[in-house]
Amino acid sequence: MISGAEIMVECLKNENVEVAFGYPGAAICPFLDYLYLSSIKDILVREEQNAAHEASGYARASGKPGICIATSGPGATNLITGIATAYMDSIPLIAITGQVNSELLGRDVFQEADITGACEPFTKHSYLVKDAADLPRIFKEAFHIATTGRPGPVLIDVPIDVQKSEIEKFIYPEKISIIGYKPRTVGHAMQIKKALSAIENAKRPIIVCGGGVVLSGARKELLAFAKNSGIPVVSTMMGIGVIPMDSKLYLGMIGMHGHENANRAMSEADLIVLCGARVGDRAVSAPKQVAEKATIVHIDIDPAEIGKNMTAHIPIVGDIRLVLRDFSEKVKNTVSKEWIQTVLTYKDEYIPSGTPDNSSGCIEPRSFIRSLSAMMEENAILTADVGQNQIWSARNFNVKEGRFFTSGGLGTMGYALPAAIGAKIAKPHRQVLCICGDGSFQMAMCELSTIRQNDVNIKIIVMQNDRLGMVKEIQDKIYGSRFAMTALNGNPDFVKLSQAYAIESALAKSNTQAEKLAEKMLNSNKPFILVCRVNPDTPTI
Amino acid sequence: MKYTLSVLVENRPGVLSKVSGLFSRRGFNIDSLAVGITEDSSISRITIVVDGDEYIVEQVGKQLNKLIPVIKVKVLEPGKFISCELSLIKVNCNSEKRGEIMKVVELMHAEIVDVAPASLTLQFTSDDEHTQTLIRLLKPYGIKEIVRAGTLAIEKGSATTKKQNS
Repeated sequence: MISGAEIMVECLKNENVEVAFGYPGAAICPFLDYLYLSSIKDILVREEQNAAHEASGYARASGKPGICIATSGPGATNLITGIATAYMDSIPLIAITGQVNSELLGRDVFQEADITGACEPFTKHSYLVKDAADLPRIFKEAFHIATTGRPGPVLIDVPIDVQKSEIEKFIYPEKISIIGYKPRTVGHAMQIKKALSAIENAKRPIIVCGGGVVLSGARKELLAFAKNSGIPVVSTMMGIGVIPMDSKLYLGMIGMHGHENANRAMSEADLIVLCGARVGDRAVSAPKQVAEKATIVHIDIDPAEIGKNMTAHIPIVGDIRLVLRDFSEKVKNTVSKEWIQTVLTYKDEYIPSGTPDNSSGCIEPRSFIRSLSAMMEENAILTADVGQNQIWSARNFNVKEGRFFTSGGLGTMGYALPAAIGAKIAKPHRQVLCICGDGSFQMAMCELSTIRQNDVNIKIIVMQNDRLGMVKEIQDKIYGSRFAMTALNGNPDFVKLSQAYAIESALAKSNTQAEKLAEKMLNSNKPFILVCRVNPDTPTI
Repeated sequence: MKYTLSVLVENRPGVLSKVSGLFSRRGFNIDSLAVGITEDSSISRITIVVDGDEYIVEQVGKQLNKLIPVIKVKVLEPGKFISCELSLIKVNCNSEKRGEIMKVVELMHAEIVDVAPASLTLQFTSDDEHTQTLIRLLKPYGIKEIVRAGTLAIEKGSATTKKQNS
């Protein structure tokens, strides 16, 4: 005989799960008891939302689904923001929650919450398990759904009596049969042909690299397509890292906070190849106007994204990696020299903002991020939070062979620190740097003890301007500088705070000092928090 | 414009809430919705009438298709399907008026399913237009209650909406 709890652990083992992030509670205890006995590493977080974010950072760095665990009721509801964050950025997660006894479901008993119902809008799929015998099939399906097609979080809610109940024998299914789920991976040959001929006839084509390229592992294919076609490339925030910023024909990030020259080039293009980009409002603010001027070739694995935010003249549903492989093999370099000259002139005209002033008592964050970027190893992973720090990072950090993780879709503050923890646990030999503001750092700083407990060697930069800078900037521009709720008075001494956790820390008040301390930070084999004093009036762009 | 969709889903608990939740959260307007099992008891059919334009109905279809338990979505082509809806109408009726009301019932091809000293209950199966006509004709007598089911639709000829065809 085997219990539901043991089956759950056996399923995870069958899926080669190595790490799980979570927080305990009575309703998940039977499962945790077996997890404890297994070789799967368990990471205790300090608040459930961070379990989902850490699992997300782990998933993005490892390419495997991230596992997060919480108990019923508040444990499960605390996961929601993390699950929603993963959903918006298409990150594969398996969220496992305990649930009250199935016979008591719906009676509002202690720590009961309808988590499958609450997560409905934020999960790719969810299961409320009623019978332990269904667990192997459900786990098998959940991993399949989370990782195939357009990836996303899947929730498995398991009542405590199901965890405790026993069945005869555990057999992990080999095959999956979900009749309503068969994602299309191969692009339609006719559409590809049509797209290629449109590309060849275009005078001012441009490639937009979105997060789908990263998710599909299509970096090589995109680079080959760009090289063989000679078409310049711009990126959305989620697509950062696919092409090194110093590549000749890479023009930078588009969008509201993007590089001016990238936006300019895109607005003048007569053909746009959207690669795994969902045309979010921050990336393309006026999709209608863009589609009126240019022919849109839209490649996405999720058919629902094509035509949702922008008209697609040539839609291609399929795995971006396979489609781009086809593109790169068949495309001809027909781009006009004039167009290349134009976009390169725009690129030359772009001057990165921010000049350090060592006498100001503050660091200049944009130029500091550029220096920091040059100091990092080629394959470093950067996690950026949300707010000014995110834009400073996205615009100024040169991701070479490394990665850039941020909460692009939901814009969840407090994401960077836990995501960095997850990334470091997945890739212990790579440098992992987290850049956050003093606002976002305080949303996640309870995880400093997770860092301490597990010796997670991540480097944290806290940009301290004692303000919620991005909102403050909006208030400056639109709300007559009435700073409602944006002054972070009462901030702790972050260096002392780090000391309380026995994490090495330092305060930088000038770029020269910050660069020296960053060198020390990067040479240390322990976690490090570098607090940077920033002028509250430093702009985002 | 109104569009009729025939949606095949797995016959499991919670599927209807996934489908109806999607409509409210994506801002689609449902005119009517009817669910029932099909010739295969593991599969249910949801017939949905949506009010919107071409963009909306395309989005509805694509978003529905993303739900894992949704097996097939078909937007029925205008003029190529038969649709009907069922109504139960309870109308005030004393012995004096009974004859008049029964005339209306006969003219409209409705059916009397319950008779009581002060009321008549009618069953009516037709399209929305005829149902509205019947209601208008009965109004002067005093309608006590109307119970209407969602629209059901089936394609004309031998065409079907099954899990395999496209």
